[in-house]
Amino acid sequence: MSQAESSASTVLASDHEETLDFEAREFGFWLYLMSDAIIFALLFATYVVMSQNIAAGPSGKMLFSLPHTMGETFLLLCSSLTFGFATLAAMARQNSRVILWLIVTIALGIGFVAMELSEFSGMIAAGATPQVSGFLSAFFTLVGTHGLHVSFGMFGILVMMGQILTKGLTPPVLSRLYRLGLFWHFLDIVWIAIFSVVYLPGVL
Amino acid sequence: MQTLRHAPTHRTYLTGFVLALILTAIPFGLVLSGLLPATATLSVIMIAAIIQVLVHLTFFLHLNFASTPRENLLALAFAAILIFIMVGGSIWIMFDLHMRMMG
Repeated sequence: MSQAESSASTVLASDHEETLDFEAREFGFWLYLMSDAIIFALLFATYVVMSQNIAAGPSGKMLFSLPHTMGETFLLLCSSLTFGFATLAAMARQNSRVILWLIVTIALGIGFVAMELSEFSGMIAAGATPQVSGFLSAFFTLVGTHGLHVSFGMFGILVMMGQILTKGLTPPVLSRLYRLGLFWHFLDIVWIAIFSVVYLPGVL
Repeated sequence: MQTLRHAPTHRTYLTGFVLALILTAIPFGLVLSGLLPATATLSVIMIAAIIQVLVHLTFFLHLNFASTPRENLLALAFAAILIFIMVGGSIWIMFDLHMRMMG
C-alpha cells in the first residue's frame, strides 16, 4: 500500500477493524446492487419483447418527447455529480458542505421525479394507460420501477442528512453515505439504459 | 476508506460528468437530426450507452482493476454474464418465435 493509498484509507476508516467492516458492508451492498441490476435487466428484456405489441394503441413515437427525456437525463446526471461533491466534502469532514450538496442532489432528484410524473400523467390523460397494450404495460413497469428507486434514494438522502446533523460524520455515517452514493450512481447507470433502449429507439 | 484508495477529486467527477454529457449528446443529436439511417443510429446509440456505462463505473463508482476488491469485480462479472444470458436469450427466443408465427 502506497503512502497516498494509506492516507486515503485513514480518511474514512480510522482503524483496521473499521476498514474491514466497511469493506464487508460495501461488498454486501454491491451484491444487492447486482441483484437489482438483474431485476432491471429482466424488465428491459420484457420491454424489448413487448415494445412492438401496441395493440392498436399509441406507439412510442406518438408518446415520447425527446427534449423532455433530455431534461430528465440532464437532471439525473447533474445529481450524480452533486452527490460526488457531497462524498468529497464528507472525506474532507466539511459537514455543512455535505448537507448543502445533498440538498442540491435532492432538489435535482425531485426535478427528475416531477418530470417523470408529468410525463406519466400526460400519457394517462391521453388515454395511454398501462392496460392499453403490452408495450405500455412494460413501459410503465420499467420506467416506474426506476422512478420508485430514485424516490427511495431521495428518502435515503433525507435520512443521511438527519444522521449527519445529529451524529456528525462518524465512521458508520460515512460508510452509509458512501453506500447511498453507490446506489445513486447505480440509478444513473440504469437511466442510461432506459433512454438508450426505450426513448431513443422509440422515436426512431 | 479502503474503497476510496484512489481518493477521488473534483476533477474525477467533473471528467466523468463531461464525458457522460458528450456520450449523451451524440445519440440524442443523431436521433433528433436523423443524420444516419435507422440501423446505423441504433448501433451508435448502443455503443455510446456501453461506453457511458463504463465511464460511470470508472469515474462515479470508482471501479478499477488495481484497487477494487476482487470479489466486487467478480460479482459484477457474474451479474453481467447472467444479464447477457437472460436478456439475450429472451430476445433471441421471442423474436425467433415471432418470425415463425408471422412467417
